[in-house]
Amino acid sequence: MLSLRRIYRISTTLLTTYYAYMLEYRAELVLWALSGSLPFILMGVWQKAAASGSFGLTAIDFTRYFLASFLIRQLTVVWVIWDFEREINEGKLSFRLLQPLDPGWHHVGTHVSERFARIPFVALLIAFFFVLYPSSFWVPNFVSVLLFLLAAGCAFALQFLIQYTLAMFAFWTEKATALQDMWFIVHLFLSGAIAPVSVFPKGVQAVLTYLPFPYIINFPASILVGLPVNLAQGFSVILFWLVVFLGLNRYLWRKGIKQFSGMGA
Amino acid sequence: MKRHFKLIRLFWSTAIAAAMEYRLNFWFAAISSLGGLAGSLFGLSLFYRGDYQFAGWSWEESLLLVGIFTLLEGIATTFLAGSLGKLFKHIEQGTLDFILLKPISSQFWLSTHSVSIWGIPNIFFGLSVILYAGSKLGLGPIDYLAGLPPIASAVMILYSLWFVMSATSIWFTKIYNLTEVLKGLLEAGRFPMAAYPAAYQFFFTFVVPIGFITTVPAEAILGRISPATATTSLLTAGVLFFLSNRFWKFALRFYTSASS
Repeated sequence: MLSLRRIYRISTTLLTTYYAYMLEYRAELVLWALSGSLPFILMGVWQKAAASGSFGLTAIDFTRYFLASFLIRQLTVVWVIWDFEREINEGKLSFRLLQPLDPGWHHVGTHVSERFARIPFVALLIAFFFVLYPSSFWVPNFVSVLLFLLAAGCAFALQFLIQYTLAMFAFWTEKATALQDMWFIVHLFLSGAIAPVSVFPKGVQAVLTYLPFPYIINFPASILVGLPVNLAQGFSVILFWLVVFLGLNRYLWRKGIKQFSGMGA
Repeated sequence: MKRHFKLIRLFWSTAIAAAMEYRLNFWFAAISSLGGLAGSLFGLSLFYRGDYQFAGWSWEESLLLVGIFTLLEGIATTFLAGSLGKLFKHIEQGTLDFILLKPISSQFWLSTHSVSIWGIPNIFFGLSVILYAGSKLGLGPIDYLAGLPPIASAVMILYSLWFVMSATSIWFTKIYNLTEVLKGLLEAGRFPMAAYPAAYQFFFTFVVPIGFITTVPAEAILGRISPATATTSLLTAGVLFFLSNRFWKFALRFYTSASS
């Protein structure tokens, strides 16, 4: 059993090491953040659409929604499958297996610490946005902020677990990232990245309620902006999918590790 | 010139032979492309559900534009991403030395030495959507022909922007994801310029000329492009191509090689 003190020591070591490592790549992080310009592009199209069409949301609602979706996308960026695939294909996983720690925690460490290296720049961008566009400024109430942080944490965990589960297929195929590419397309169009789910056709909305997609972007973004959401249902569905993917992930890990040959190491 | 074509044939047949090793991946790419197209159409349909439409663009006309976007996405994946995506590696590992020594323009070599077959499904789907929308709009061969010069310009503009972005890795080495920033912005080509507020239109015309990449070719096919716009699109392409070459020559002055 891990003692609390040991958990504390391992996690602070991982986080501080990877944080220092990430700071080395500040310029890259800035560019990755800038490459997430899609919400701002769509913001423009929807602003103009809301000005003359009837979509149930005002231009300001759309502006805030897409700003929130930009923020949530920055907070939930995950790339574990590319790292994991490389570790498998180059046999580097072998060294990680020697440590008395599940290799997954290294990936959690890099992802969580990268968030902290990225946040200052993202905050600057958002501040700059409000300077350009002061009428869109809003201060969410304290409870929404807390709920948003909780939902964002869940969204990150879900996104991470899903991708880490897909990554397990690297044990059997050389190109697990092709699975991720396909998953990403579905995610892009159904998560609320292209539009708030409330403007989707009713039938699509009904199906989406039970799928993991809208809880990664639409749910947290709507909480922050103050659009109506069903909190109890939302968090239960997230919890359900978290459990499903955690179980699947551990199952595939145990199956895969048995036949991992450490090629190239 | 003949020598160039012969080289391109050699480069591409080698690249295709290498890619054939991963046939299964090709089908994955095809499924992803189909999914991407379905998604773009779904995204577009959200705007057209009520009585709203982008000013001056009916559903079929917007569909035509999505077709052009998909086609160009395919062309970019096939001809640009494959070659230019490796530029930063040559700089990082110092193998650019060998390319500079070859008795042929280094820009030519870097831009053509590889081709990726993963873009072919997008080219196919893009053309299908263009033809489908065209048949709904009653377009004839002449209309499509009118679209060819602006599409050629669009490819040239795309190439020039992409090449300049990749060439900056001479200074930044690690920053290969500058092209990711460009790719992110190019997503704006999914919608006609008329769908954007004025400030966006200004940005997408004068800063990053995305308007010339999808909107202008679509309008040319629809037969409502002014001669001035047509000329501007050709000029923009020519100037950007020229600048990309100048920029490369300038950048090379700062190339210091690595580990060789």
